[in-house]
Amino acid sequence: MRLAEAWRVAVDALRANRLRSVLTMLGVVIGVAAVVALVAIGTGTKQQIEQQVEGLGSNLLIVVPGRLEAGAAPTASTMTLDDVDAVTRVVGDRSRVAVTIQSGETVRAGSRSSFASMQGVLETTPTVFVRRLDRGSYFSRSDVSTGRRVAVLGAAVARQLFGERDPIGRQITVGGVRFRVTGTFEQLGQSLGVDRDSEVHIPVTAAQRLLGTDRIDGLAIRAPDRERIDALGAAVVAALAERHPDTDFSAVTQEQILGVLGDILGVLTGVLAAIAGISLLVGGVGVSNIMLVSVRERTREIGLRKAVGARPRDIGVQFLLEAVLLTTIGGLLGMALGISAALLVDRLSPVPAAITWWSLTLAFGVSATVGIVFGVVPAQRAGRLDPVVALRTE
Amino acid sequence: MTAPPAIVATDVRRVYELDGVSVAALRGVSLTVQPGDYLAIVGTSGSGKSTLMHLLGGLDRPTGGTLLIGGRDVATLTPAEMSRLRNETIGFVFQSFHLLSRTTARDNVALPLVYRGVGRRERRARATAMLERVGLGHRVDHRPNQMSGGEQQRVAIARALVTGPSVLLADEPTGNLDTTTGQSVLALLESLNADGVAVVLVTHDREVADRARRQIVMRDGVIVTTAPPPPVDAEAR
Repeated sequence: MRLAEAWRVAVDALRANRLRSVLTMLGVVIGVAAVVALVAIGTGTKQQIEQQVEGLGSNLLIVVPGRLEAGAAPTASTMTLDDVDAVTRVVGDRSRVAVTIQSGETVRAGSRSSFASMQGVLETTPTVFVRRLDRGSYFSRSDVSTGRRVAVLGAAVARQLFGERDPIGRQITVGGVRFRVTGTFEQLGQSLGVDRDSEVHIPVTAAQRLLGTDRIDGLAIRAPDRERIDALGAAVVAALAERHPDTDFSAVTQEQILGVLGDILGVLTGVLAAIAGISLLVGGVGVSNIMLVSVRERTREIGLRKAVGARPRDIGVQFLLEAVLLTTIGGLLGMALGISAALLVDRLSPVPAAITWWSLTLAFGVSATVGIVFGVVPAQRAGRLDPVVALRTE
Repeated sequence: MTAPPAIVATDVRRVYELDGVSVAALRGVSLTVQPGDYLAIVGTSGSGKSTLMHLLGGLDRPTGGTLLIGGRDVATLTPAEMSRLRNETIGFVFQSFHLLSRTTARDNVALPLVYRGVGRRERRARATAMLERVGLGHRVDHRPNQMSGGEQQRVAIARALVTGPSVLLADEPTGNLDTTTGQSVLALLESLNADGVAVVLVTHDREVADRARRQIVMRDGVIVTTAPPPPVDAEAR
């Protein structure tokens, strides 16, 4: 029998039992849709995080107290601005060194208020990290050395406090202390689960006075190039260790962060895909079941086809094609549904989704394979039917 | 007759194993079907006539003896080769017609050609021609449920003939039809026989059997009589 003919027969058979075919397909549709949508969400999340980490700027070295290991408890910082001077001497360029001390504070302007992440920083922050201003200007080195009470607002904070009004030059209070707004940041969105538009930057000296401490939380260095990043990290850690013999320090690069995050998200995406794959498997079992019913129902037809010259292989191919047709149509519908679901999630929720060709190809390939794997047993059974017995069946 | 016999059965036996018990359905049957034969196999239910028909049609294999269909020993053939043999040499007509219910008369008739690898266009042309020959040229696009029993059996006969077989095996072809319709179906079979196709009728109906040129009476898995005596060739006993 020609293959085209076998296709026609398979399509006819599926049409004859429309509702049953659709219900059988549904299992595969749901399985494939789940695989496509979940892989899209996993991939999208991974891509977004990678972009955010890369968006911090290239060749970035982040120095924190304590060891950066899985399960290690965070260590309280003992670093001060004197340590920063020491690090600056190692780096040889103050504009490449940034520090932070952070605290959640209520920021007020008149009757309006906003809860913001207050960041005490050096004037170098916009160049070490990539932070662009929307309006006004960032504070200067003299503002930092004199501890002047000036502030640069994140986009969300500026909007909450001032709405559409220009905040430059206006007074706000941070933790009850008056500051003057000198600039606002461009909108950034979320990064690694943190809303970066609700930051308020003030000079690190002013922040230390506000919090009653001389410590800083951590520092970051932009290395001049990729080759020197590891050596620089080691030198900075050594300089800090000399000043704080009792504390460990770690320097991590973006690549290391990306590597760890990528591994975690890769595993997560894999687990999601596996769970979705199980539902695809269940769909396949449904196909197998229905095909066995179909073989039994059409035993007389099989007997007749054999009597007029169908070979066991012809009958087997016919039923196998029927199963493959069920799962591939189901797979295509599932892909459409999965893509729609992923796009909808991407559009309507903060969870990003990215549809990749490999996941679509994989989902389609798997659904066709499911048809073959779960169609083989019913097809073999049909092909081996004894024509005498089959013709006698009522 | 110079042409080789269409079917030669020599001491053919068929034993079924049912739950560990051996049941002998055929216990040594010898029979020759010549080209152009018109033969009736008669017997009561359980006489082995259906088993014999399945063997003659290559649907089943004997468990003993030799059976040649179209000159080929069925014991040496694979299931696929048996299918091909059936397709090329045998046409089946069943009591219950065995038509595909969702399929038009033309496509039902064309079915054997599908398995011969004939292209769609030629299949349809040959099926239409065959339907015209059995007097159903006006019913080609009808489905079985839109046709009478007699018409359905004519479709089945057209299907049996479409591959140009040398033998037509008809198992109780009039069993589901009223007398008049049955007579016209038999008349059709006889006219086909007159055109050279060997016809083997399996029936328990004496009146139907009496129309054949030769009769074989089966009882308990063996041939008990061959009557009326064959007009030309002597039957091997």
